[in-house]
Formats: sequence, structure tokens, C-alpha cells
Amino acid sequence: MPLTFDNKIFDDIEKGNKKWQKELDEVFEARPERLTRFSTVSDKEINRLYTPADVRDQDFMEDIGFPGDYPFTRGVQPSMYRGRFWTMRMFAGLGSARDTNKRFHLLVKEGQTGLSTAFDMPTLMGYDTDAHKAKGECGKCGVAIDTLKDIEDLFEGLPIERITTSMTINPPASVIWAMYIAMAEDRGIDRKVLGGTIQNDMLKEFIAQKTFMCPPVPSVRIIEDTVEFGTKEVPRWNTISISGYHIREAGSTAVQELAFTLADGIAYTEKAIERGLDVDDFAPRFSFFFNSHLDFFEEVAKFRAARRMWAKIMKDRFKAKDQRSWWLRFHTQTAGCSLTAQQPYNNVVRTALQALAAVMGGTQSLHTNSLDEVLAIPTEEAATIALRTQQIIAEESGVANMIDPLGGSYFVEALTNQMEEEAFDIIQKIDDMGGMLSAIEKNFPQQEIADSAYHYQRQIDDNEKTVVGVNKHVVDEEIPVEVLEIDEKLESLQIEKTNRVKAERDNQRVAECLEMVGDACSGKENIMAPLIDAVKASATLQEVCDIYRKVYGEYRDPGIY
Amino acid sequence: MRQKRRVRVMVAKPGLDGHDRGARIIARAYRDAGFEVVYTGLHQTPEEIVEAAIQEDVDMIGLSSLAGAHKYLFLAVVELLREKAADDIIVCGGGIIPDDDIKQLKESGVKEVFTPGTPLDDIVKWVQSNVTPRQD
Repeated sequence: MPLTFDNKIFDDIEKGNKKWQKELDEVFEARPERLTRFSTVSDKEINRLYTPADVRDQDFMEDIGFPGDYPFTRGVQPSMYRGRFWTMRMFAGLGSARDTNKRFHLLVKEGQTGLSTAFDMPTLMGYDTDAHKAKGECGKCGVAIDTLKDIEDLFEGLPIERITTSMTINPPASVIWAMYIAMAEDRGIDRKVLGGTIQNDMLKEFIAQKTFMCPPVPSVRIIEDTVEFGTKEVPRWNTISISGYHIREAGSTAVQELAFTLADGIAYTEKAIERGLDVDDFAPRFSFFFNSHLDFFEEVAKFRAARRMWAKIMKDRFKAKDQRSWWLRFHTQTAGCSLTAQQPYNNVVRTALQALAAVMGGTQSLHTNSLDEVLAIPTEEAATIALRTQQIIAEESGVANMIDPLGGSYFVEALTNQMEEEAFDIIQKIDDMGGMLSAIEKNFPQQEIADSAYHYQRQIDDNEKTVVGVNKHVVDEEIPVEVLEIDEKLESLQIEKTNRVKAERDNQRVAECLEMVGDACSGKENIMAPLIDAVKASATLQEVCDIYRKVYGEYRDPGIY
Repeated sequence: MRQKRRVRVMVAKPGLDGHDRGARIIARAYRDAGFEVVYTGLHQTPEEIVEAAIQEDVDMIGLSSLAGAHKYLFLAVVELLREKAADDIIVCGGGIIPDDDIKQLKESGVKEVFTPGTPLDDIVKWVQSNVTPRQD
């Protein structure tokens, strides 16, 4: 069923278009168009006007349809925000576990509905605070975690049996997850009811975010262990958050973000199937994570295209039968890379527009960046304004009162179709290279992103793209906002704390547990059960990760630019 | 007269921070400006950076940091260069660095710090007027 029923309309449109073009020529002859070329922030060229002719081949039921129905262009749930709002999930982490616990309590008190944890660099890379490589980094861009004691302090007093927790952690995701499960069980909470997400997406680390530890193949093996364990033991947990966010932050275009993310999802699915798992047992627990950048319509179209593409991939390519496997459920974060250090209060406006695009695109949860995030870790005041931005969109603007309000817009539908087509072309290219693991070995996505990033920077420097406060509407200013500082004493306090844990634990038991982890790593046994035993015995994060590094070797950045 | 060699710069990512978009863009801009460029790749210790800089005989090291550990890491590089009597190598930095820290870094021997939003051409011009290639 085409969008428009009467084919005569296309003749009328053609006539109308000709007449309008003629009028336009006269107008632009007197005064030329504002730009010689109009394009999105990803440099995709945009027409002056869209009409039914741009979506003439589209079939309403097949391509757009209803929310909660295949191909889910309009949303994964039938009710969307008429049922309940998206989860307002602010990414937070600073200093010690106790400092971050305090921030979590503040955000929950202010109306946040899910937790999201940022870890410091040593934790993200699998080092304890006392490691030589960790010097100067403790607590700087997130919370420092060395042992189970830190995880216990981090979640103290928070109702984790009913609030879901997202943890942005990758190479050591299995270890942090083991700590979380151990902490919950110690509180008497069954792992079967635990809800949350570990990011656990190593492919995009090699492509974009660059926190890596072991080479790609063993990295994916560890991930598949967590997928298998989650499927059987922690059924409400999202075992991977397949992430485009960092791909975009590294400078990709919107289409590249879409293509590389879904190609990563394809790779994880293939590996899990190779292991003998049934696609419908694990795929419903895959979740996604996208960026919401500045170009409003491009972002809305991207989210809609992503849902439709994943549904097709799951149904046609992997023959999934369970509807829940077809759902692309996603978290969104507004674009950190779009914020400016100049005139930082403008960042509130940027973030609001990006958050609006995420909501128009049907996100399941959302983090809104704070205005000072380009300068340092957010202050409490800045984080609260960012949360309020979501609350105003949800409760004042009225935009969440209907489902997929932009569906049916000639422009948005045409752009959705075009982005889907271009992203599938890139996925085909990756398939031809032998899949994402081979593409990464050939540096294909890395190089493509570097090219896009450089192109965009040049467009800004040449004033082809405007960044307010940076290359236009510039003022001389002292940065007017207060910046949060992390106490330098934290590092020695954290080292003392971990030393106390080490002094009190049973070292014999730790050694035995670590040996079991090592055996699982070099053999075929799933690593999760021995990992949980090890962290319960207070093995440190690095003690476990050193085993990963020893068994699998370390990955080195190829340093291409 | 012997022809002077081109300016040789090292772009380095000290510490565990993985944000390399800026560093890689700068490396490309330096290359396009005709400098010889050495890019270290990620996750380098200050010791590794200084050793490589001396070995590669660079005129300048550009350090990039976006995860808050700049004070310790940048100053460690400056200090190590001094120890190895290689402090004729100019050190500059860039990334998310608060104003107060910039002051402190400059007082301690970091020659210039570039913050987000600085045009590439400004950075290239700064290198052209502040870094002279040593004679071979």
C-alpha cells in the first residue's frame, strides 16, 4: 500500500514542482541562496523541499507501520511514551566509591529513574590504583574500583533490586559484572532478578573509544562467555550495549555510526550462534547505545532507520522468531563532542535540542550532558540542569504525548530510507571483507572515521560549518563556570583502602581462585563462575586482568591517523 | 649552505585516556603543513614518550589529554626531558585543561596549551613561529 493512493498526484507534483522551480530561479537571481550547498552535520546533501514523490515507493504497512509491530520504524513498544517516559539515566562517576554513591543518591532524589556508572581510566583499562600506569589518574574521569569493597560502597543504600544499573565498562566488564553480582547476592538479592547493562562492547573499542586490553579475538571470547552466562543465569541483564556513541564521538558521520554499530551487532550474534546458543535465547538481551548529535532530522531518521534495519537483520539474516530478538532497544547520550568550551552556557541549548531528537527518535533511556562537561566532570548544579532538561521535555513540552510524531514527514521518511540504504551498503562492504573482526584488522572503520573527523574539522576551520562561539558569534571571555576538581589526595587514600582489603583477605584462597580463572581462560570453560568466586575472595580488578593479559596477550594501538 | 631539515614533531597520548580524535587530527594537520610527524599511538607512559622523542630526534612534543590527568603526565614528560638533558625539545599540550592548570603547566615548562575550539591553522602557525628545526 503506497503512502499516497492516487498516482495522479505525482503528475500534479511534477507540474507544481516545475512552476515552483521557475519562481525560485527568479527569487535567487535577485538574491542568491544563503549557501552554495546545504548539508547535514555529516555533510549529507539536503534538497530544498520534499514531497510525496520522494517517498513514492514506500509502503506504509511494510516500511512504517505501527509501534510495536515489525519493522518497528515507529518504536519497539506499542505504547511508547503514552505508557511511561524513557528512563532518565545520568552517567555519573567521580573520585571514590563514596563520592559517587553520594552523587547517585542526589540524582535519585532529584527524580532520576536509572543508574549509570562512569569509571576512572585505571578501572576502565583493568589496572588497580597502585599500578605505575595508573599514576595521576585515580578518580579523575569516573569512580575508582579496585575490589568488591569498592562496589559495595558504590551502591550502598541504593535499591538495586528495583532500579536498573548501567555500567560503562569494556575490557574488564566481566570482572566488574562479577563484583556487582557478588555484591547483590551478599545483600540477599537473587541474580535472576538483577536488571541492568554492562557496555561490554569491545569491537567499538578497537574502532573508536580505544580502551583495550587483549587482542580482538580473545576479547570477543570473553564477551561471549558473559552472553552465555547472562542467558542462563542473569536473564534480565543486558549483556552487551552495542555502541555507536563512541564511533560518532570519534568523528564518524551518522550513517557510519549506524553501519558500524549494526555490523558490530552482527559479529556478536554470529559468534554467539557459533557457540551453539539459539539466537532467540540471547538476542533479546542485546541493547544498543547511540549518539544524538546536532543535526535534528538526521538524528531522528538515524534512530528510525536503526530499528528497521536491526529488525530486518534479525529476522532475515539470523532467522530469529521471537519478536523481542527483532527489537532494537537503545540508550542515547547527547553529543559530548558538540559542546564548546567557549560560552559554555550555550551547551544547555545544544543538549536540549539533541535530547529532543532522541525523544522524537523513540529512545528507551537518555543521558543529557552537562554544560560544563567539556571542561571537567560536571558539578552537582550542572548535572541537575541536564536532568531538568529531560524533565522539561517530558513533562512540559508535550512532545511525548503522541508516538513517532515525525513519521509520515516526507523529509524524515525519505532521509530514513536513504540512511538505511547507505548503511546497508557499508555493512555489505564489511561482509565482503569477512566481517567486522577482519575489517578492524584492516583498519577499515578506523580509517573511515579518521577521514570523516578530519573533513569536519576542516569544514569548521574554513567556516563551511558553523559552531556558535567558536567560528561565529565569538566573544572575548573568561570561562564563567565553576569547575569541579578531584582531590589529589584521593589516590593515596584509595591505595590505603585496597591495601587494607588485601591485608584482611585469605591470600591462599585468592591464589586458588585466580588459578581457576586462568584455567577457564586457557580452556573452554565459561569464565564467569570462577570470576565471581575470585572477586568474592577479594581478588583485585588488576589481579584478574593480569591473568587475561598473560593468557591472551596485550593489544597495542596501531597509531594510524 | 646545507638545507635545513623540516620541523619534526611528535604527537603523543600519555596515560590511559583513549580520546584520540584530537591527537590524530592534529597529526594530520601537521603532516599537511609539511612537518615530519611521529604519532606514538595511545597509552604511552611519560618514560616511553621521552625515550621515543630522543630516539626520533624531534624538535617538539605535542601532548594530548582529555581525561583529567594532564598535570601529572605533562609535568612528568617535562621533568624527564630535563633529567635526560633533552629539554631543548619544546613541549606543548592540548585537550580538556582548565585555565588554572594551564597557568601552572606554563610556569613549569610547558610552552603552550591549546584548548578545544582552537583552529588547526592557528596551531600550525604557532609551531612554525616557535619551533625551529635543529641542524642534522
